[in-house]
Amino acid sequence: MQDNLFKINETEYILPGSRACQGCGLTLAYRHMLKALRENTVLTIPASCLCVLHGLYPITPVTVPCLNTTFASTAASASGIAAGLRALNKTDITVVAMAGDGSTYDMGIQALSGAAERTTDFIYVCYDNEGYMNTGTQRSSATPMGAITTTTPILTKEHSKKDFVRIMEAHDLPYLATTSPAYPIDLYEKFVKAKRIKGTRYMHIYSPCPPGWMFPAKDTVRMGQLAVETGIVVLFEIEDGKFRFTGRSKTMAERGKKQPIINYVGKQGRFRKMSIEQLNRLQAWVDSRWNDYLRKAEG
Amino acid sequence: MADVRILTGNEAAALGVKLCRPNVVAAYPITPQSQLAEILSRYVEGGEMRAEYVRVEGEHSALTVCISASTVGARTFTATSSNGLLYMHEQLHWAAGSRLPVVMCVVNRGVGAPWSIFNDQQDSLAQRDTGWIQLYCRDNQEIIDTIIQAYWIAESLYIPVMVCYDGFVLSHTMMPVDIPDAEEVRGFLPPYKAHTLLTPEAPRTINSVLFPWRRLNPEGVLCDGYMEMRYKLQAAMTRAHGVIRKANDDFAGVFGRDHGGLVWKYRCEDAELVFSGMGSIANEATVAADLLREEGIPAGVAGVRTYRPFPREEAAEALRGAKALVVLQKGLSYGYEGCLTSDLKAALYGTPLLIPVVDVVAGLGGRDVKAREIAGAGRDAWKDLQAGKLENRSLWLNCYTGEDHAG
Amino acid sequence: MDEKSVKRDLNVSALCVPAKGEAGRTGDWRDFRPVIDHKKCIPSSKNKAACFLCWLYCPEGVVKMSIPVEIDMDYCKGCGICAEECPPNAIRMVREGENDG
Repeated sequence: MQDNLFKINETEYILPGSRACQGCGLTLAYRHMLKALRENTVLTIPASCLCVLHGLYPITPVTVPCLNTTFASTAASASGIAAGLRALNKTDITVVAMAGDGSTYDMGIQALSGAAERTTDFIYVCYDNEGYMNTGTQRSSATPMGAITTTTPILTKEHSKKDFVRIMEAHDLPYLATTSPAYPIDLYEKFVKAKRIKGTRYMHIYSPCPPGWMFPAKDTVRMGQLAVETGIVVLFEIEDGKFRFTGRSKTMAERGKKQPIINYVGKQGRFRKMSIEQLNRLQAWVDSRWNDYLRKAEG
Repeated sequence: MADVRILTGNEAAALGVKLCRPNVVAAYPITPQSQLAEILSRYVEGGEMRAEYVRVEGEHSALTVCISASTVGARTFTATSSNGLLYMHEQLHWAAGSRLPVVMCVVNRGVGAPWSIFNDQQDSLAQRDTGWIQLYCRDNQEIIDTIIQAYWIAESLYIPVMVCYDGFVLSHTMMPVDIPDAEEVRGFLPPYKAHTLLTPEAPRTINSVLFPWRRLNPEGVLCDGYMEMRYKLQAAMTRAHGVIRKANDDFAGVFGRDHGGLVWKYRCEDAELVFSGMGSIANEATVAADLLREEGIPAGVAGVRTYRPFPREEAAEALRGAKALVVLQKGLSYGYEGCLTSDLKAALYGTPLLIPVVDVVAGLGGRDVKAREIAGAGRDAWKDLQAGKLENRSLWLNCYTGEDHAG
Repeated sequence: MDEKSVKRDLNVSALCVPAKGEAGRTGDWRDFRPVIDHKKCIPSSKNKAACFLCWLYCPEGVVKMSIPVEIDMDYCKGCGICAEECPPNAIRMVREGENDG
């Protein structure tokens, strides 16, 4: 094994042969997230792509302990783990809840908001592939406007993507960060930082999904990069209320350059029916939010 | 030296929980359970009870917290009623399928719609298929004693246990309760040992999807399909009869109180008209039985303490001299009949006992059930029996069921 | 199957143990496999630690950060991300059943 160029923990925590799709953005993100969190971690997950990645009985490819739970209850399950470990004086273990956008934005929002309000000591990770992908790519409130999904097959999704990260910002968390598997080092560093912080930490992972977003599996990293280059996804962290751009978004903010969203939207089959009006609305929203973040960064 | 106090059912329950020293308590308030949750939080904040108290944002989360805390090795407790129990229904199945010894008090209350805040047992009866052990308490003494036994039973079998007691009728009514000694409880109840621990020391993924078929693992063990795993729960439920009896008898040995195990009997030995029921209504039936005895009617009560696993043999045995059975219940399976009625009829099926069964739905939504009303139903059944015209029938006690109320 | 000779599953709840190949030999999923031209590959051609973006971006973690770079073909799903991201285009996706050359 050569010098560790990337300064990333080289241990692999996902053994080969998992059930995830070819080119899965979640798998890439999860691989680096576990490298950052290491062995002394306990996870809880709902029914999801991640649950399938974690394998069917009696084998799992993941070498970190994980408890399955029902779709609405991921954050409550983490609350119980945290409470149990605290009651038994095992407070050095990192508790992680990891759920998709469906189980976070929609059914899981109550449990997450409750756990955050109680300042539960855990990391909540939402991997956002913008739909209920595990059950066959149906729409969720995280699906962007104009996207085709199996439950918005003809008219496309008429409503905007819910700005969930802003909802979590309103919970006054000690640490909140957005990440992407297309920028693994940025993702890794944020999870290393999150592990050290106490209280409720919220991590958002924008996970490109080849079958759901309708692009070839080889383009997963490219798609994730385009999301950031166009401002659809903004990489940042908020630590104790202080907003900070990171990685590629930081560079973009400094240089004042952002690609038009058509460069991203135009490459995915799910947007092939998007109307000009929807495109313009989405561009306007991306621009407006980008300016909000620029203002926030100035403090 | 007995420590007898005058307590409500909720107070007795809270003391019972404190004596069992759970590590994690999670509860969401709902009438008539709220005082139980409040007293427990007072114990925790006042330092009388060392537990993590998670003030969850809903009942579904309350049971979820208990499930995951139990998986990391904590002894857990929650309580609820009515729609709160319905809200956590999915997690009831999850806890049983996970084989976790969660103990929960259900303070029985009618379910919506329409709303009722008053007592009936539809809430817990509707959960009888979930794989939880269900124990019904007659009075406040039984509440505190049954909670202690519940942990013993749950942790021996790895099956969650529901301790049910009637809302307001017991939860808010004061009765004398002999408080078990804390040291003796500690001796009776060994520390909780999880069958599987969620821990980095031995990483496992727990409760993933199971295939319909069995599957070899890398070590050559033929691992269960979903059906085998579920069979194990049923098999454990079958073993539960013996464990519940033992818990009852061992408890009686230490604390001097025998609550009947699976089925308790009142004047059954020579009874020909037998009442059956669960919880406080069955207690009331003993008063009715005494009234009938004064009239020369040989009445008795076979009270079902353990509803699940259903005590098929004990029930048939308790009824062996009966010529008529009057089943009282505060709930039913809509479209059929009272839940306990069906289960008792099934218990008698295949035995020589072919007796008429009167299915009585009583006390829904807190309608008061008086001993003389129960006696009245028994008297009518006895009269018809003597005239040779008693057949299986259903009646709604003290309820208007006229033709114009056909729905 | 002879039920008597089988080792029994004694778990009371579903516990999965970590192992490779949960979904079988996922190399069988491939239509295309990655083929590395080590003359173009930066660490291979320079014989020192460099680049290794294929290791970084492989979702499955089947790329070995070694010189020469190796890919575990039993489990590579053939997604093609490594080929797409390789800066000197040292990786080609070749249809299974065809020659590397």
